[in-house]
Amino acid sequence: MQPQDAVATPPDALQPILTSLRERFGEQELEVTGHRGEVTVELGRARLVEVATWLRDDPATRFRHLSDLSGTDYPDRPDRLCVDYHLYSFEHNARLRLKVRVTVEDPHVPSVTGVWPTANFHEREVYDFFGVRFDGHPDLTRILMPEDWKGYPQRKDYPLGGVNVDYHGAHVPPPDTRRYKGGWTST
Amino acid sequence: MGTGSGLEKLPGGILVTTVEKLANWARKGSLWPATFGLACCAIEMMATGAGRYDLARFGMEVFRASPRQADLMIVAGRVSQKMAPVLRTIYDQMPEPKWVISMGVCATSGGMFNNYAIVQGVDQIVPVDMYVPGCPPRPEMLMDGIIRLHEKIRKGEPRSKLVLPEGPGRRGPGNPEGVPRPEGPRRGAPVHQEA
Amino acid sequence: MSEILRDDADEATQDVPEADGPSTSQLLDQAVVRPGEALDLPARPAAEHVTLNEQRARQVLAMGGGDWAEVTARADAEGDDDLMVINMGPQHPSTHGVLRLVLVLRGEEVISCQPVVGYLHTGIEKSIEFRTWVQGVTFVTRMDYLAPIFNETAYCLAVEKLLGVEAPPRAQALRVLLMELNRVASHLVWLATTGLELGALSIMLYGFREREEILDILEDVTGLRMNHAWVRPAGVSQDLPDGTEDKIRAFARDMRGKADEYETLLTNNPIWLERTRGIGELSQDRLIGLGVTGPMLRASGLAHDLRKAEPYCGYEQYEFEVPTATGSDVYARYQVRLAEMRQSLRIVEQVLDSLPGGPVMIQDPKVGWPARLALGPDGLGNSPAHVNHIMGESMEALIHHFKMVTEGFKVPAGEVYVTVESPRGELGYHVVSDGGNLPYRVHVRDPSFVNLQTGGPMVEGLLVADVLAAMSSIDPVLGGVDR
Repeated sequence: MQPQDAVATPPDALQPILTSLRERFGEQELEVTGHRGEVTVELGRARLVEVATWLRDDPATRFRHLSDLSGTDYPDRPDRLCVDYHLYSFEHNARLRLKVRVTVEDPHVPSVTGVWPTANFHEREVYDFFGVRFDGHPDLTRILMPEDWKGYPQRKDYPLGGVNVDYHGAHVPPPDTRRYKGGWTST
Repeated sequence: MGTGSGLEKLPGGILVTTVEKLANWARKGSLWPATFGLACCAIEMMATGAGRYDLARFGMEVFRASPRQADLMIVAGRVSQKMAPVLRTIYDQMPEPKWVISMGVCATSGGMFNNYAIVQGVDQIVPVDMYVPGCPPRPEMLMDGIIRLHEKIRKGEPRSKLVLPEGPGRRGPGNPEGVPRPEGPRRGAPVHQEA
Repeated sequence: MSEILRDDADEATQDVPEADGPSTSQLLDQAVVRPGEALDLPARPAAEHVTLNEQRARQVLAMGGGDWAEVTARADAEGDDDLMVINMGPQHPSTHGVLRLVLVLRGEEVISCQPVVGYLHTGIEKSIEFRTWVQGVTFVTRMDYLAPIFNETAYCLAVEKLLGVEAPPRAQALRVLLMELNRVASHLVWLATTGLELGALSIMLYGFREREEILDILEDVTGLRMNHAWVRPAGVSQDLPDGTEDKIRAFARDMRGKADEYETLLTNNPIWLERTRGIGELSQDRLIGLGVTGPMLRASGLAHDLRKAEPYCGYEQYEFEVPTATGSDVYARYQVRLAEMRQSLRIVEQVLDSLPGGPVMIQDPKVGWPARLALGPDGLGNSPAHVNHIMGESMEALIHHFKMVTEGFKVPAGEVYVTVESPRGELGYHVVSDGGNLPYRVHVRDPSFVNLQTGGPMVEGLLVADVLAAMSSIDPVLGGVDR
């Protein structure tokens, strides 16, 4: 794969898809950005299932494969929690990213398990680690942490939770409390 | 065991010691491990049992799936918070005498994963008799640990005791009440000498 | 032991709205026993029923968990005394890792199955956020521990994409070489463990015997048998030592003969056929809906391989086929994996024939690893020439080395999603950078995590012994599932 420039022009396969998307749903609803050859469509949660269903079914797009559904926490923004949907089309060999942002106070996103059943485990994972509630999910429970765990571990304000290691005079604090992040072990 | 004629003249204790030694030799000679492979170390454990680094020559190729038929638990891999009660349950299901090898740095001390998800050393949960470092330890290293354990068993050395600090256990953000303590001797209390 | 039982549902879920009506469940198509639903099952004579004794079950299986209580409640509400809820795992004879299956059985037949994961969750994704970009390699390599080179390569490709750089051609070729060797090793472990679970014990020994040869090669090249941390962003850490090429060629020749041996043993073996034909069938549409990729999808007839569809690391130069099968059962997946091993050997030989010269790490000082490694009397370490340079000749080089190793390079802000074709399917890395020297977020789309969702639908109606065959054919590696 050739690395693309930072300000991306969408790959050729995606141009007609983006045109159809804009025609169908209008410019105001969607914010399309590109970076390194990848295209991200940011949309509100209200239109998510509609857009997803259309992307899956329309012959011009046919994004039948939901590759990944991941969450990210941006504590600097008011709408902290961000859910990314990575779609892939076998027919057009194209990839697209959908992005939905929600706040911690109202972390509800409609579930896409009705569109792509594979989202089942993924949404449980995002709920487990970020606390995003997926409305319409058949079984939204924690998947990787124990069922009665409190807190959402992959949020940025959740501590890494390590222990200090003291050995023969050396003191090694856990990585998230070290002075020089990523490198040094000293206090 | 020798002929009958001279035995009555021997002091009483010698025969008992010999039986003990025989029992220990038998125990170490066919120490059956329970399958407790968790992560990468499990693959190296399987490789140790496979053709090249053959564990069968030590009588250990039968990895018993049922802990009730096993003597040795090789904790191979990282133990997560969710897995910890399972580990203790399997350990409790094993009949006496039983030994534990903690294989790899993750089982020994949490390894490179010093975080909320991994128990920082299985000796917080089960008493460990042999620690084998490595990430993952080479099959030769694991065999070295096993042979040292065999020596320990052969000599009849007392087994490790699980000594737990006072208090409800390691609290963490996801566990405000602390890990529930498995039953065992507490520091300061008289230690029960197991047979 | 009672305190270990955890039956309380997560109180945080109490405000989750009720599940949608039948449409969602139908689409998911999992016949989980729900209260009030009638199951269309044949009636059984009264003498054969098994009663569910909850007390007794709790005594023996001291580990509860929300899933357990839920499933038993549903089975109880059903009112059918024939149903038995059995827990398989997380410690079990199957060597596939700490996977727990909550099975609802009627006699020997599985009514429904719920996989429970998370017993190996290591918090790797969060740990990476506190390490530099290069240190992240040591973490991702331990996720899917049977195919570590794939994890490393995918991560490094994502970092390179964010950086906007490319690794040198020799590094790309070496990555392909080791990835394909790793693919063969992973499929060998799959064959070995599947054979062991189905009772073909000798295959276990043969598979591990061959794998030891590959591990010898990997040890020569990377220094370690597993969890190598060899692929670095913008290159690889060490070049091939002398004599490795011949070793790999000899292995590739050998391995072809061994693969023929395995085929002779298994492919037309009546017991193997009985145990794998027709087991675990799922249609292609369902597989796509469930997001399945890799040999499972190719065994249903769709020739989708990311090495052909979205080539990376120079895969477009090499000639190889994408094997498919049409049965979409355990036997078809076995055929596909065996054929993939042969194709991998083909690629290995082509890589060796066309290996370019040149450096193995990018020469850009802002990104490339500063030290050159060499083998010395005490093992592998910084080459004496490099040490001499930074200690004796250039203060600037010393400072640069120090900063690059402790602080690392900064990656421009942005996010990417990069995929590679791992032995289990599409391995994707969603990497987000905020412009700093530490990764902001690394999310791994592990193929086993997604493929495991077929566990539920696949085993309905099978006998308990077939559950093992079906779950093995998914080839889950719980390190990747739980991360």
